[in-house]
This record gives sequence, C-alpha cells and structure tokens, in this order.
Amino acid sequence: MLNFIVRRILTSIPVLAVVVVFVFLLLHLSPGDPAAMLAGPYAKAADIEKIREQLGFNAPLIEQFFNWVMQILRGDLGVSIFSQKPVTLLIGQRVEPTLALATVTMVITIPVAVSIGVLAAWKAGSWIDRGVMAFAVVGFSVPVFIFAYLLIYGFSLGLDLFPVQGYKKISDGFGPFIYHLVLPSITLSVIFIALIARITRASMLEILNEDYIRTAYAKGLHERKILLHHALKNAGVPIVTVIGFGIVLLIGGVVVTESVFNIPGLGRLVVDAVMKRDYPVIQGVILLFAAVNVFINLVIDIIYTAIDPRIRY
Amino acid sequence: MIEISGSESSMPAGDARRNNAWVQLRRNPAAMAGAIILVIMAVTALFAPYLATDPTNMSPVDRLQPPSAQWWFGTDMYGRDIYSRTLHGSRISLAVGASVAILSIAIGLAIGLIAGYIRVLDAIILRFMDGLMAIPDILLAIALIALTGASLTTIIIAITIPEIPRVVRLVRGVVLSVREEPYVEAAISVGTRLPLILIRHVLPNTIAPLIVLATYNCASAIIIEAILSFLGAGVPPEIPSWGNVMAEGRIYFQRAPWIILFPGLYLALTVLAVNILGDGLRDTLDPRIAKRM
Repeated sequence: MLNFIVRRILTSIPVLAVVVVFVFLLLHLSPGDPAAMLAGPYAKAADIEKIREQLGFNAPLIEQFFNWVMQILRGDLGVSIFSQKPVTLLIGQRVEPTLALATVTMVITIPVAVSIGVLAAWKAGSWIDRGVMAFAVVGFSVPVFIFAYLLIYGFSLGLDLFPVQGYKKISDGFGPFIYHLVLPSITLSVIFIALIARITRASMLEILNEDYIRTAYAKGLHERKILLHHALKNAGVPIVTVIGFGIVLLIGGVVVTESVFNIPGLGRLVVDAVMKRDYPVIQGVILLFAAVNVFINLVIDIIYTAIDPRIRY
Repeated sequence: MIEISGSESSMPAGDARRNNAWVQLRRNPAAMAGAIILVIMAVTALFAPYLATDPTNMSPVDRLQPPSAQWWFGTDMYGRDIYSRTLHGSRISLAVGASVAILSIAIGLAIGLIAGYIRVLDAIILRFMDGLMAIPDILLAIALIALTGASLTTIIIAITIPEIPRVVRLVRGVVLSVREEPYVEAAISVGTRLPLILIRHVLPNTIAPLIVLATYNCASAIIIEAILSFLGAGVPPEIPSWGNVMAEGRIYFQRAPWIILFPGLYLALTVLAVNILGDGLRDTLDPRIAKRM
C-alpha cells in the first residue's frame, strides 16, 4: 500500500513538470516579442522595456526557465504587471469564494447525483430512468451560464428568493454567506449531477446483474439494503473516479459562474487578468488549478485503493 | 471520459457493417432528431444573409424591443435584431465546432499513431499529454488567447490544443490493442511495410471511435467558444457570435432577458443535438466503443 502511494505520488511529478514547461513555453514561443504582447497594442517603448526588465526577458531562455522554476519552488509566482502586487497575495485574497463555491457545489451534487443515479438503475427502463437519462444529456449540453441566467430569471427576478449576484464572506455570518451561494452552486452543480448520475446508473446496472445480487434477493433481503449496501458499495469506484475527472469541469465552471454571479474568486481574477493582459496572474492561476487537479486525482486514486481491497497495484 | 482497456479485440470495419450502422442509426429517433436539427442549423447558418437582415444594423428608435411579429427575438440596446444576430452567430459556432473537431482528430490521430508505434516516443508523448490534460481546457484556451490576441483562427487553435490529448490516448489505445492481433502479425510476417500496416490495418479500427469522439469534441468546442466570447476573451466583439451577443445583454438582463435567452437557447439546442447524435453514433457504430468512452 505504502509502496503504491509513493509510486503514485512520483507519477504526479512529471505531469506537473510538463505543466510548468508548457506554461513557460506558451509565453516564450508565442509569435512576436512577449514583452510587447503583454504591454498591449498602445504601449510606449518605455513600458515594453519595463515589462521586459521586470519579467527578466533579457536573459537567455534556459536561464529564464531555470530562474522561473526556482522561483516557483520557493512558492513565488511572480508579480502582477498591472497591480504590481505578488501573484500569491492576489490568489490568497481570492481563494475563499472559489473554495466556498466549489464545496457547496459538491455538497449539493453528490447526494443528488448518486440518489437519482441509483433510482434510475433500480427502475431501469421506467419513465424515471428515461427522465434521469434525459436530464443527464440535457444537463451536459446546456452551458453553465445559460443555467445561471435561467435560475436568476426564475428565482431572483421572478420569485425574488435569492440575490441576483454578489458574495458575502463567511465571516459576515453563515446565513448571508449561504444565501448568496445557493444559486451559483445549483448552477454549477447541474453539469456535475448530469455526469455523476449517468456514471452511477451505468455502474449500478452492471452490479445489479451480478450473481451476488441475485443471491441477496433470493435470501429475501430487503430491497433497500440490497441497493444501498450490496450494490452501491460495489459501484463506488467508478463514481469516485468520475468525480476526479470532473474536477477539470468544475474549475472551468467556476470561472464562468463567478463571472455571471459577480463572485470575487479565482475565476474572476483570471478573467480580469485576461482583460489586462496580466500574464503572471494568468500563469499563477493556471499553475495553481493544474496542481489542485493533479492533487485531487492523486488523493482519489489513493482513497479508492485504500477502500477497495480488490484493487491491487 | 475515456478509458482504454487495451485488451478488446477489434475487426477492420467492412462495408456491410457500415450499412448496418446507417440502418440502425435511422432507427434511433434521438440521434436522427440530433442530425436533423444540425442540418437545419447548418442550412440556416449558410443562408443567414438571405434569411435575416444585417445583424450589425443599428436602429436607436427600436432599442430593447421585446419579441414581436416585427422583431421575432426582440432587439438589443442599439436596436439590432436579435433574430438576425442569433442566426449569424450560428455561423461562428458551427465553424468553430467543425474546425476544432476535424483539427483535433487529425492532429491527435497523427500523434497517437506515432505514440502507439514508436516505443521510445510513447512515454514522452503520454507524459506530455497528461500534463496538457491537467490544465483545465478553458484556462488553457484563455491563456493562449491572452497571448496571441483574439481572432477566429487563434480561437480555433486555442480550443483545439486542449482537445488533442483525449484523441491521442484513444488512438494509442487502439494501436496498442490492434498491433497484437494475428492479422497484423501476419501482415508483418509477410513483410508489409509499416506505413501500409498503419493505413490498411490500424487506421480502419480507429475510425468508429474517432467519429464519436469528433462529435464530443465538436460539442465541447461550441461550448468553450461561447464561454470565451461571453467572458470577453473570444472572437472580437464586433462579430455577432452567440457568446458576444449574450455578453452584451448581461447588463440589460433584467430589462431585456431575450438578448441572452434566444442565443442561449440556440446554443443549448445545438450542443444537445451534437451530443445526442454522438450518443447515437456510439451505440450504433460499434457497441464496444461504449465501454471505451
């Protein structure tokens, strides 16, 4: 087990290394002078020179790369061109809303998705099943911001139940905090519920055909016990795995949802940085999100190896 | 969501099976509905200039008009016709979706064949693809566009790059399973050269899963293009793409929700059509693909 964990951690390192190299090359291999590009079309020569100086573009490429990697390893993501503040500081200020949005989204998603997935598999072929499958296809097809506006239209403008946009810190009180997060989280959870419900259903259907399920029925066990205890437990691994795959979707969704609901999180930070061509900030957020993605998948792999004795490496 | 088991046997696709697949696809009402919607979308996109007025024509007197007999989808804050803008927007979305699907499949196929057949490069290519996959596709596209500036071409490239790793992994998986097949060994033993083996024996096995993956890549490209435009990092604002139209409607949403709702409806319908066509193709072309996707 320990052996597996160590090996699994080691395989994440090259992935992160590729991300670092790629993000670096992205800036330096793009056509044209990177300093001029970052300065924008209306910059003066002096501004371009200042950016070149600040980002160390005058050094040879290899040296720049080496310096940059050392800098990242020290936990320094550079300085924002626009605000002249350290990128780590800017990220630090924006972590809470994003983390809150992602957490509340998962808290909504997992119980809903797993229960409708189990329900669909249990009643396979019925209208409930067809309804869940139709929802899964639609939920996966309708872009996040369209759900966002439909929900705002219905619940904020129509019924006046929730605020149209905005964010309250958790330190401002738990009530207002959750109140502002309900619509964004529901918006973001739709695509996830669609994805996880579909996998849950497929995985459950496979398990429900197993001999031991027939045996459980033959023993006269209660149906609920069979579904939740015998079947769902064994269907768990694909469900947990898809949550890992879904992290990329979640991050993409966060960027959009934060923009629609005006939540000052990391997604907004990166979108604002694009407008200002603030590449150090974009770079920093990408590195952070890629690292989070790799880390969560690492943890998920380790967890399901730990909980499922059938998986041996 | 692609898992490649690698152990599944595959047969070269034959004409008989292809015909069979077409017959089965026609029996799949959802997939046919998807195909029909897409054909209608493509035709209206193609003939948009004849079906609607100039999408950039401003008419301040008619600003923020609700949907009516004159303005089917209403007008925006400059009095521009949302129906016309939506119809013209479908040109961008369909062009981006189709280009990204074709480009990502072509590039991914080439890299996947190399990875599957040249052992030395396999590990390097796979590591690189894993790294690319670790970066959320929207962020990768945003970064590329921030660096190169937004135009239709850069957007297509920026959306294509994050889609390539999935294609590479799929093709590589097929190659690895096919190269152990007796008919490939037989071909090697009679001295068939590598390019011919790839074209005659390996390529046909990749066609069915790649067609399905192409539809999924197309759907995801259409969504990402709309998101990029919506966030202001997409095609230049003077071009009426769905994302741009919706982005402009944001501050008027309370007064004129139709600016966002109609392009949004078209967007959702298009992506839905592509997805259900993809699901239909997956189920009919080769039931075994379902396990890989």
